[in-house]
Amino acid sequence: MDHIEHDGLKITRRQFLASTAWLGFAVAFAPKGLLLMSEAQAKAANYEIGAWVRISPDNRITILTPGAEMGQGSMTGVPIALAEELDADWDTVALEWAPADPKTYGYSRKRGNRLSQSMAIVGSRAVMMYYNDMRTVGAQVRKVLLQAAAKKWKVNPAELSTEPSVVVHRASGRRLTYGEIASFAEVPATMPEVSKAELKDKSQFRLIGKPVPRRDIPEKVNGSAKFSIDIQLPGMVYASTVHAPVQLAEPKSWNDAKVRAMKGVIDVVKLDQGVAVVADTFEHVLAARKVLDVSWAEGAVAQGYDSENTLDSIYPKIAEDKSAKKKTVGEKGDINAAFAGAAKVHKAEFRSDYGYHAQMEPLNGVARFNAAGDQVEVWEGTQAPGRSRQKIAEALGFQPSQVIHHQQYMGGGFGRRSITDYTIEAALIARATKRPVKMIWTREEDMAYGMFRPQSFQCVQAALDNDGKVSGWRHCVVGDGGNLIYSGIKIDNYYGIPNQHVEQRGTSHGIRLKHWRAVAHPFNLFAIEGLVDEMAAKESLDPLEFRRQRLAMTSKAKRVFKAIEKMSAWNTKRPEGRALGLAVTDRSGSLGAGVVEISLDRQTGKIRVHKVWVAIDGGTVVQPEMARRNVESGIIYGLSSVLKERATMKGGKVVQSNFHDYEVLRMSEAPEELHVEFMDRDTKPTGLGEIGNPFIPAAVANAFYALTGKRLYHMPFTPARVLEALKA
Amino acid sequence: MVAFNVNGKRVSVNAEPDTPLLWAIREHLKLTGTKYGCGAGLCGACTVHVDGKAVKSCLTPLSTVAGATVTTIEGLSPDSGHPLQKAWVAEQVPQCGYCQSGQIMKAAELLKQTPDPSRDQIVKHMDGNICRCGTYPRIVAAIQRAAKEG
Repeated sequence: MDHIEHDGLKITRRQFLASTAWLGFAVAFAPKGLLLMSEAQAKAANYEIGAWVRISPDNRITILTPGAEMGQGSMTGVPIALAEELDADWDTVALEWAPADPKTYGYSRKRGNRLSQSMAIVGSRAVMMYYNDMRTVGAQVRKVLLQAAAKKWKVNPAELSTEPSVVVHRASGRRLTYGEIASFAEVPATMPEVSKAELKDKSQFRLIGKPVPRRDIPEKVNGSAKFSIDIQLPGMVYASTVHAPVQLAEPKSWNDAKVRAMKGVIDVVKLDQGVAVVADTFEHVLAARKVLDVSWAEGAVAQGYDSENTLDSIYPKIAEDKSAKKKTVGEKGDINAAFAGAAKVHKAEFRSDYGYHAQMEPLNGVARFNAAGDQVEVWEGTQAPGRSRQKIAEALGFQPSQVIHHQQYMGGGFGRRSITDYTIEAALIARATKRPVKMIWTREEDMAYGMFRPQSFQCVQAALDNDGKVSGWRHCVVGDGGNLIYSGIKIDNYYGIPNQHVEQRGTSHGIRLKHWRAVAHPFNLFAIEGLVDEMAAKESLDPLEFRRQRLAMTSKAKRVFKAIEKMSAWNTKRPEGRALGLAVTDRSGSLGAGVVEISLDRQTGKIRVHKVWVAIDGGTVVQPEMARRNVESGIIYGLSSVLKERATMKGGKVVQSNFHDYEVLRMSEAPEELHVEFMDRDTKPTGLGEIGNPFIPAAVANAFYALTGKRLYHMPFTPARVLEALKA
Repeated sequence: MVAFNVNGKRVSVNAEPDTPLLWAIREHLKLTGTKYGCGAGLCGACTVHVDGKAVKSCLTPLSTVAGATVTTIEGLSPDSGHPLQKAWVAEQVPQCGYCQSGQIMKAAELLKQTPDPSRDQIVKHMDGNICRCGTYPRIVAAIQRAAKEG
């Protein structure tokens, strides 16, 4: 049998450091963030360093990219900022994955008072976190090239300018390509400083803000793009894990002899929360999975858990229970006085079901140990290479240096892939079996052993003062998952309400939970903007007018609402049977406002969303076309979750198992028109990968009210729930 | 052992006759452009052509392709030059890209049958292929572009 070894982008850091033909620039992580430096500088300061940019004499430029790629375009978007300031000819720039080494390649972030380094590409923040560092590094490299050319020509560096990958001396007409400079220049012992003023002005940008094609696209149209599931290694065998139907139950015993006697079966491996079958081919693994019969330990927390009953009956009681465990997540002014002195109080309750990521590539990982068993190579697609490497090492009792990590494309991430439970399994199985292993969860396994967006119950109340202004705001969110259920719950980015009390009430069901594209923003905004719309109706005001008159909007909010009013022709009447709904959208520093146009089949209860408009302030948009597609993707992800998707647990088991009963949006259900506009802003970039979905639930529910006069309080808006609401 | 033709080459795969064509293609023949998404014919990520017809390879037993001609994404064109592949790049369709081999193979069948499809025809034909990144509007635009530019 033929075997071909695939390794996606090649990591050649060591080769670089040993090479003299290249002009190489190293990077280290310093207290201020990423720092470009020479090897000598780094050694003197005792920094861990790695290659970051290389320029070869044939004028090729290689940039390492830390932008883990799950479809959002970061692998291209992050290094573009560097290439811009370097004034590189983008067509000659090659990209390589940055190694899984946050100490060198991470961005800095504050956790409490502690500054830490991370390569986690989460919360749609890749470009946002790396942007300034990338620009500075690019400008430093350019400065080195200018200085080298100036020395060669014996002119003042100030007389020189650059065109893409060329240094130009206008006075004499002399030109040197970056490659030519690389053939004689040396990296100085101390890298030049670059001040903010030396960075390009927006008007000088050649790449930022311009449509640059994504680097991953050509290989994604001919089947050559490599995902970890595609890795082939010599002598590789296949595995799949069967986990307990009641999550986190441990395996007690199984029909080991029977499974081992099956054709092709090589091993059966016990894991903490599952049993893995290993065979020579994946079809033999699938056959063995069907025969494997495990008895699971009793007593898992999730045992007997009924999610529907819990959401319907238990969460509202927790919201009322004075002794319930609670955490205040927002407090402002005097909330009791605001409600005591209120002229009117409006309140409503909202619910949201569990959500499954449903990334198209079922989770999988590939692992291979060396002969001595003291080093492992892993191939995986991960949103957090640094953390992943660390966790794999911990699971094996290794140091991270014993784990060689090969990043791959991800067939979808959506927050699921910032934890690497899947590759840890691959590594444990490979060690037990003493062979290279490709471990793949079936779709059914991926769903049953999913990590879900938590379900939640929301209680919101607003106090209106004598002028009808919203003066008090109470929001209580109940559910499992700690901080996972209160992201996006704070309204201060868009509404100024002087008195507020926002709290989370927790519980625990033993179900695995995880971030999910904007996590709790969609259901928290569903509640916030649902109540705002309801108040507008009760106060007989147009929803946009209500916000303007009664909610002290921030200037950023005023701008996006003004833009959406125009974009969606908010004040223009729609044809019979169509209606509009409006809501704010908020995530990772970006703010927007969106409108949907819907119709309804009153017989079937099926809502159809025809058109969507959204106006977004995302600061400087580094790649507008890429960002536009990201937002469109978020809109459709949001529509899918609010029209169709629900995961439920009965008897502690996840009820749904594949795309027949966990349905996601299909082409025939996608809107005919999507309109995305970015405000022209010069501020720093903010997150755009997840800003597309938080407004969707409220906008659809508000449009449903405009169309029918009825309210939807429980997402997703399945046909059954819609029919029930129509009868109310 | 089942013999058939893949992308113009004669191959024989040493696997049980009920092995899904998907795993024969991906793991026996190492043509990994065809993807596993659901294993149940629900998502279309595994779409390939058998004798010119788009099928879900996860539900196609190997025995049924004996002597047949199978085309995978790797064989759609020698150089990414199929009008759909060019249109997919021009419209910058793929995001995570995992479903796109299946999308393109399904769309290729449509253009063979209906060289100038309407939006409704496109949507009806493509509805069995899930894209979790929601590139549907871009897929429609790319198919229309490919139909126009040929």
